[in-house]
Amino acid sequence: MNWFIKAFTSTLGRKLVMSLTGLFLIAFLLVHAAGNLQLFHNDEGMSFNMYTVFMTGNPIIKTISYLLYATFVVHFLQSVIITIQNRKSRPQGYVKNVANANSKWSSRNMGILGTVILVFLVTHMVNFWAQYHWSEIPKKTYYTITFDGDEIHTAMKDTVQNIYTREQSMQMQNPTYENKVTDIKVHRVKDLYKTVEIAFKDEWLVILYLFGMLALSFHLLHGFQSAWQTLGVNHRKYVPIIKTVGWLYSTIIPALFAAMPLYFYFK
Amino acid sequence: MKFQLKIWRQANASVAGKMVDYTIDGVNPDMSFLEMIDVLNEELIRKNDTPVAFDHDCREGICGMCSMYINGRAHGPQKATTTCQLMMRHFTDGETIYVEPFRAKAFPIIKDLVVDRSSFDRIQDVGGFVSVNTGQVKDANNLPVEKEKADMAMDAASCIGCGACVAACKNASAMLFVSAKVSQYALLPQGQPERKIRVQKMVAQMDAEGFGGCTNTGACEAECPKEISISNIARMNREYFSAGLLQD
Repeated sequence: MNWFIKAFTSTLGRKLVMSLTGLFLIAFLLVHAAGNLQLFHNDEGMSFNMYTVFMTGNPIIKTISYLLYATFVVHFLQSVIITIQNRKSRPQGYVKNVANANSKWSSRNMGILGTVILVFLVTHMVNFWAQYHWSEIPKKTYYTITFDGDEIHTAMKDTVQNIYTREQSMQMQNPTYENKVTDIKVHRVKDLYKTVEIAFKDEWLVILYLFGMLALSFHLLHGFQSAWQTLGVNHRKYVPIIKTVGWLYSTIIPALFAAMPLYFYFK
Repeated sequence: MKFQLKIWRQANASVAGKMVDYTIDGVNPDMSFLEMIDVLNEELIRKNDTPVAFDHDCREGICGMCSMYINGRAHGPQKATTTCQLMMRHFTDGETIYVEPFRAKAFPIIKDLVVDRSSFDRIQDVGGFVSVNTGQVKDANNLPVEKEKADMAMDAASCIGCGACVAACKNASAMLFVSAKVSQYALLPQGQPERKIRVQKMVAQMDAEGFGGCTNTGACEAECPKEISISNIARMNREYFSAGLLQD
């Protein structure tokens, strides 16, 4: 136990904690981006709203989400401790320092980038997470009809009614006809899609989101490969792969997220 | 060649220092940076002024004694070069050159450009060696070592302990130095018996000296006069955690 405390409060241990929490947050981003692609379905928010119900109801996902909040808090607190310690190790700075000559801007400004992400994240949570959990947001109804063994999801009440009355009239004309509609489910769910749609009509919010994603991109650009270096994965076989994947990751994921507010703003 | 020099002058650790302007003329382009300071000092002595204190010893680029933060870079702008090997032809005539000491809490200023780097010695003292006498040179195939490992150990061992890594790092971290020392023994058979205890002790001492943590900016590697690779830092991380987790 003593060893664990000593190891994880050493400069190397704190780095390891940053790396492991960072990698978990990186993994989360992929899941979050993939899930939120539902926003691009043009189906009155059905895919997205049903996905939201799944994400907030499933006990396993709920547990992981608590782990995620904890991870974020640890990543943040650890970074504050590290930054304070690192500042103390050079009480007097240089009169002239050309840091650009030996290192990348993103690698030297992880704290600033992280702070921008934190501001973004608080706004993001207030806008959607808190809205969804704590306030009354309008509900929307979706239907699932089981027709001839297939499940059809729709937001149109008319479609459901049309199919059902057509089947009933078929049955009236021919008593041996078997009604193909075996089940109709009605889902009354919170319309988070609408909340998203309204929120992203505000150009200032869109700008904040784009800025947040730009910061995320640069944060990942350094963070992705840095996390592996800290874990000790530095090998001529793996470094090129890590660098390429890291570069793709830090461009594609923030770009996908940035596309969401833009899509709703121009929709 | 003629230069405007802005040099950090500080009488001792307890008084505040400041940048002082000097002009130096008639500099031979083939002089080293240290020789240029020598010329300046002779002029200062002639004027009954206090010469600029700076560290130097071998002037061949292998002792690690010379330091100086020149124009915002450790050992100046030339890649893989110590200050003693930095020639004045690498500068443009009439240029203003900033000269500062290496700055870190663990490298307190003694005077002007001289800093106390004994924190490195104390890190070495706790484990940067093999405790038993390795004896005479053995028969070539008595103790087989893979060529790749021997090369990597040699690369790590080429660290001269100058402290440029600490000076260039935004966190004044000594990880490149410590990792080079840890790696050079971890890769060789003679280092094995003390492999685990060595890395733990050296890291603990490094932290106790007040060096910062590594944030993988790569500045140390870029400024190292001996081009020590940060893959050594990755190795030190592996060594440190496996030492603790897998200790008998």
